Amino acid sequence: MSEIVVLRVVAKLLIPYILLFGLYVQMHGDFGPGGGFQAGVIFASAFILYGLVFGVQKLRRVMPPRPMVALIALGVAMYAGVGFAALAMGGNYLEYAAFAHEPAHGNHIGIWLVELGVGVTVSAVMVTIFVTFAGRER
Amino acid sequence: MAEERRKGRRLITTGHDLVLLALILVTTVAIVRIRNLVAVVILLGLYSLLMASVWVVLDAVDVAFTEASVGAGISTILMLAAVVLTGREEKASRRRPIAALLIVGATGAALLYATADMPPFAAADNPIHRHVAPRYVSDSPEEIGVPNMVTSVLASYRGYDTLGETTVIFTAGIGVLTLLGGRRRRPEDRG
Repeated sequence: MSEIVVLRVVAKLLIPYILLFGLYVQMHGDFGPGGGFQAGVIFASAFILYGLVFGVQKLRRVMPPRPMVALIALGVAMYAGVGFAALAMGGNYLEYAAFAHEPAHGNHIGIWLVELGVGVTVSAVMVTIFVTFAGRER
Repeated sequence: MAEERRKGRRLITTGHDLVLLALILVTTVAIVRIRNLVAVVILLGLYSLLMASVWVVLDAVDVAFTEASVGAGISTILMLAAVVLTGREEKASRRRPIAALLIVGATGAALLYATADMPPFAAADNPIHRHVAPRYVSDSPEEIGVPNMVTSVLASYRGYDTLGETTVIFTAGIGVLTLLGGRRRRPEDRG
């Protein structure tokens, strides 16, 4: 844990807003710049900041390694699963138009789910890589 | 009056570009020459931030966003974590790799020569604007209905590519875990 009080206080102040901004980028990717990839990185950076200031052990307690591995796989599985769901509903693989009567509506659902999958995998991978690197002592 | 204003704006934009490119050049030379790896990692972050500014100037805000968050943000932290594990100083090398310099110089010269044949910058009838782009621009509001066209291309028209990219991230995470995750010094913090 960092000995500097300013760092600890500022980190505590910033972390909720970074998480919120990550969620905003995730949900707002249809309308503005951003999407699952950037959102995942921003979301992960809040946890990495926590780990930098309060120590990797504490971060490991917040984000335990085992569920992290599950989340890494879950994101990709969600993306691929959306493709199979489209197949099951009579479209081509990843053809989101099959999800609803109107193509635009189906695409909206598909893009939302797919971007969420990207965000979950990216943020879990980033946190995992950081914890793995920083948790190793020389 | 309008013509003059346009000329003035173009001058300012060119000025921006020149300043950015000069800063990028200085940063790159510093990255190559400096031996302290912590400083190099920070400079790489600076390089990404400058590149993000270039993307903004080119109106590619989605790319700029990615460059800033991934290049300048998270990869800087991950590289710092790696440097802590490996050591802060790069070993000085005595060899002077002349052959490598020649190859790099020749490749650079060939690339510079090739830019003369590139289509004019941002011209509307460039090949890249005449292939699938017109269809995306004209049909995506109807087909996809998402205001940010970059998102509709990434997640829908090019959904296969993005699935592949996500798999690459997945593989990177699993790879790091497999290589470094298992062996820990202290058995009590095994997850």
